[in-house]
Amino acid sequence: MTSNATNRLVRMYEEHHALEDYQGGVPRWCNGCGDNAILAAVQRLCRDEDLRPEKTVFVSGIGCSSRFPHYMKTYGFHGIHGRALPIAQGIKMARPDLHVFVNTGDGDNCSIGTAHWIHAIRYNMNMTMILHDNRIYGLTKKQVSPTSPLGTKSNTTPRGAYLEALNPLTVTLGVQNVSFVAQAVDWIPEVLYQIVSAAFHHQGFSFVRVIQRCPEFLPRMFDALVNDTQRTQLLIHEDGIQPSAAIGRLYRNQLQHDPADIDRAREIASVEDPVPIGILYRDPAVPCYEVIRNAALQRTPEMVRAGLESEFDKFTVWPEGQQPAA
Amino acid sequence: MNATIAADLPEETSGRRPAPAKEVVTLDEHIVEIVSDSGEGAQRCGQSLGAIAAKMGNGVWTVEIIPAEIQPPARSIAGASGNRIRLGARAITNGGDEADMVVAFNEQVLLGRVRDGELKPGCTILLESMWREHRDAGIRQAYVDTYDRLIGDGYNVIEIPMETECLKIVSDARRGKNMFALGMLCSIYSLDPSLGREQVAYALRKKDRRVIEANQRLLDAGFEWAEQNLEFKYSIPAIKATELQIVTNGNTSLALGVLASGMEICAMYPITPATSVSHYLSDVFEKVGGLVHQAEDEIAAATFALGASYAGKCAVTVTSGPGYSLKQEAIGLAVMAEIPMVVINVQRGGPSTGQPTKAEQGDLLTVCYGSHGDAPKVVLAPSGIEDCFYSVITARKIAETFNMVVVVLSDASLATAQTSFPRPEFDEEWLAPPIDQSPVPVDSKPYDWDEFTGLFRRFTPGQPHGMHTVTGLAHDRNSRVAYDPETNEEGLRHRSLKLIALQKTLTTAPVFGDEEGDMLLIGWGSTKGAIEEAVVRLRAEGYRVSSLHLTFLQPMPSGVGKVMKRFRRVMTIENNWSDRLQDDLVDEDNRRFSALAWMLRARFLVDIDCWSESRGRPLKPGAICQEIRSRLADLTEDDA
Repeated sequence: MTSNATNRLVRMYEEHHALEDYQGGVPRWCNGCGDNAILAAVQRLCRDEDLRPEKTVFVSGIGCSSRFPHYMKTYGFHGIHGRALPIAQGIKMARPDLHVFVNTGDGDNCSIGTAHWIHAIRYNMNMTMILHDNRIYGLTKKQVSPTSPLGTKSNTTPRGAYLEALNPLTVTLGVQNVSFVAQAVDWIPEVLYQIVSAAFHHQGFSFVRVIQRCPEFLPRMFDALVNDTQRTQLLIHEDGIQPSAAIGRLYRNQLQHDPADIDRAREIASVEDPVPIGILYRDPAVPCYEVIRNAALQRTPEMVRAGLESEFDKFTVWPEGQQPAA
Repeated sequence: MNATIAADLPEETSGRRPAPAKEVVTLDEHIVEIVSDSGEGAQRCGQSLGAIAAKMGNGVWTVEIIPAEIQPPARSIAGASGNRIRLGARAITNGGDEADMVVAFNEQVLLGRVRDGELKPGCTILLESMWREHRDAGIRQAYVDTYDRLIGDGYNVIEIPMETECLKIVSDARRGKNMFALGMLCSIYSLDPSLGREQVAYALRKKDRRVIEANQRLLDAGFEWAEQNLEFKYSIPAIKATELQIVTNGNTSLALGVLASGMEICAMYPITPATSVSHYLSDVFEKVGGLVHQAEDEIAAATFALGASYAGKCAVTVTSGPGYSLKQEAIGLAVMAEIPMVVINVQRGGPSTGQPTKAEQGDLLTVCYGSHGDAPKVVLAPSGIEDCFYSVITARKIAETFNMVVVVLSDASLATAQTSFPRPEFDEEWLAPPIDQSPVPVDSKPYDWDEFTGLFRRFTPGQPHGMHTVTGLAHDRNSRVAYDPETNEEGLRHRSLKLIALQKTLTTAPVFGDEEGDMLLIGWGSTKGAIEEAVVRLRAEGYRVSSLHLTFLQPMPSGVGKVMKRFRRVMTIENNWSDRLQDDLVDEDNRRFSALAWMLRARFLVDIDCWSESRGRPLKPGAICQEIRSRLADLTEDDA
């Protein structure tokens, strides 16, 4: 006990982390993969917020995106396909003292894990989720994903995707209890960082969709977006993102949007060209499930003993005259 | 809803006639069933009778008779709802054989019990007689036909005007008949009617006082009616309990075990017949600082529990067969990442949706060998209602000590059955230790497997220097993804060694009966009471039969093989499917055995036979006896 306390005291002084304190294994993503930009933004966030690595957990499912925790030097949980969110919820419920992040992809979250996505919005547990959306399955080698645009040619749709793409923003904004929705693109790192930071600071479930390039399987898909700055629309607001002068000059398609306005957020979300970038919606008043469920309560053996004995009392066959007063 | 009060209430039954003198027959045990349409309160009547008899000092085992639907059509054969109560002058460990007596609120639900072979030949039937005068000619005819048939079949049918008698007290007899029946049964079994009134007050404690009083009057009326009109009366001597007893069903016992184990989080998704574990937990868990999370599906329930366990609070998920199938991938992840987790599977009839409310032991092979690849996990099966409590405590301890998944296999025959057992004495050792947040020595490996046991010290989030990423991918001691052959086998080996190390700590279960003989019966889980009762009866008849009951199915304790060698024949007795040799195409080369028989044959290379039923109900000791007698007749012929 003493050594623990001492350790804590010492740590108060020494606690100051550099970027390399969060850098884990060398990323094995392809050259030019948008995942690298997300990793850089998140590592920078950890450093700037001086998060204690041992108090931080990155949770993921399966897919290219979900290798993310291996590249952090924090605690990590590389789970199974589609199930990152319920794993993260269990962690948060058991340990509200931990910073919990979820990294997932368009296949992981919008296909096999869709049920958990919808319910994660309802639970509104305090964690940051980043949807790495490259609009294709990468790890399994180029199959159509729910967010692939109509006509996308892939190994399972050689003549083009049959269906309209699912829009993760409108879906998220349609669920009761939604509390934070933002969108970023991997090729504007400054804004990506601002959005990830805002998401981290939000009390509740922060949903961040990052449109992310896949140079391996969809090398041309994002060219038009990257090259034509008019096709991205910056959502700016004093309560939202305020771009730097340099970004403001480069991305002139801008829209004043108050993140408190959900109706407007839904309208903006439904427009796919230009791509809206910024905070679409934020409501810090939505209660968090772990708070509602009193997850931070510290239990004692005495509580268990007393509770158990009173339950045993209920089921006891009392001999005459021994029944305790109710 | 219970009895509503009619205007013309008769006053206290103080002016009662003296009951006619009748001979009180002393019985060693008796089985009575109360069956009605769903919603008529037969289950409450049965549970109350069980509680009263337990207070009187009788051994008791109750079995719920549950229709699969919430509101099956009235007066339907499949709609029987109610309770079987087996009372004894000794401890009762199972639901027994056929019923000695039945109280039926209509003749159709009774037919369901006749069809299922649940009534003893000549069984006494106390039958509601109102249907004889019913305004619907079809119903009148059905009643008369059934009555005549039952009489013709030799049943002792006694018609009772329950409706008419109840209407003297309440305006809606349908809601109060159960208490009238309870009163009759108190008279028949010489149970103290004041204990009956107490029990009614307890069972209806959340209701209005006037409702309780009306029900107590119905109870008194039933008691008095039976005293005046029935010609028989029984007495089952009490056993003197030396320590305080509690009465619960298996699912409540599991839930109490969750409380006592120190686990704080139960993640679940509703599924019959497991859900009542979570109902009860939801009611009481928060007062000890725990919580029940009803997840969006079975997979989320398992992965939520896994997340909580990973973060330092070993959690439990509760399910039944179909839900277990869905959880298997998450269970495999827990095995691979070596994260403790407790999974309670209250088995029901399978495969697929199967028989949701019915009993079966069909999941043993799935839980032992399920989840793809080599996924060693611990499997234990409580052998009774008391064991349900302690098995969860054991499960949590093993899970955390070995960083393994522990599956607790109960089934529908324990889930709703009630009996009494000694009140547990709280032990702080049951609880989980506080989460370790101490710093890990720098450069420690997160999977520093012990060469001998495969064990390692798990690092939980919050521990400085312990940072690593757990993964379901093959990994090395640093939890780094690794696909090389050496590392892969190293992981497999150490995960398997943990099961071996646990096995070394298990003691052999004692043989019930002599240590050697003509036949050894081996059972597992909920069937212990029925099998041991069969052994007692057979031995009394002179058969050299013993039994061995397994609580740990994986790993299996040492010595089972040695015990088997001391018997001329060995067979398992199970409540699941096995091919029957009478079927023309079935032979020794293609026969599919019962689950435990498969496992024992594979491990011990012994030619073990099996006998099983899949009738959706608990095994009956009488049926086991009958089978063993014929098997041992074979043996005698072999010898000749």
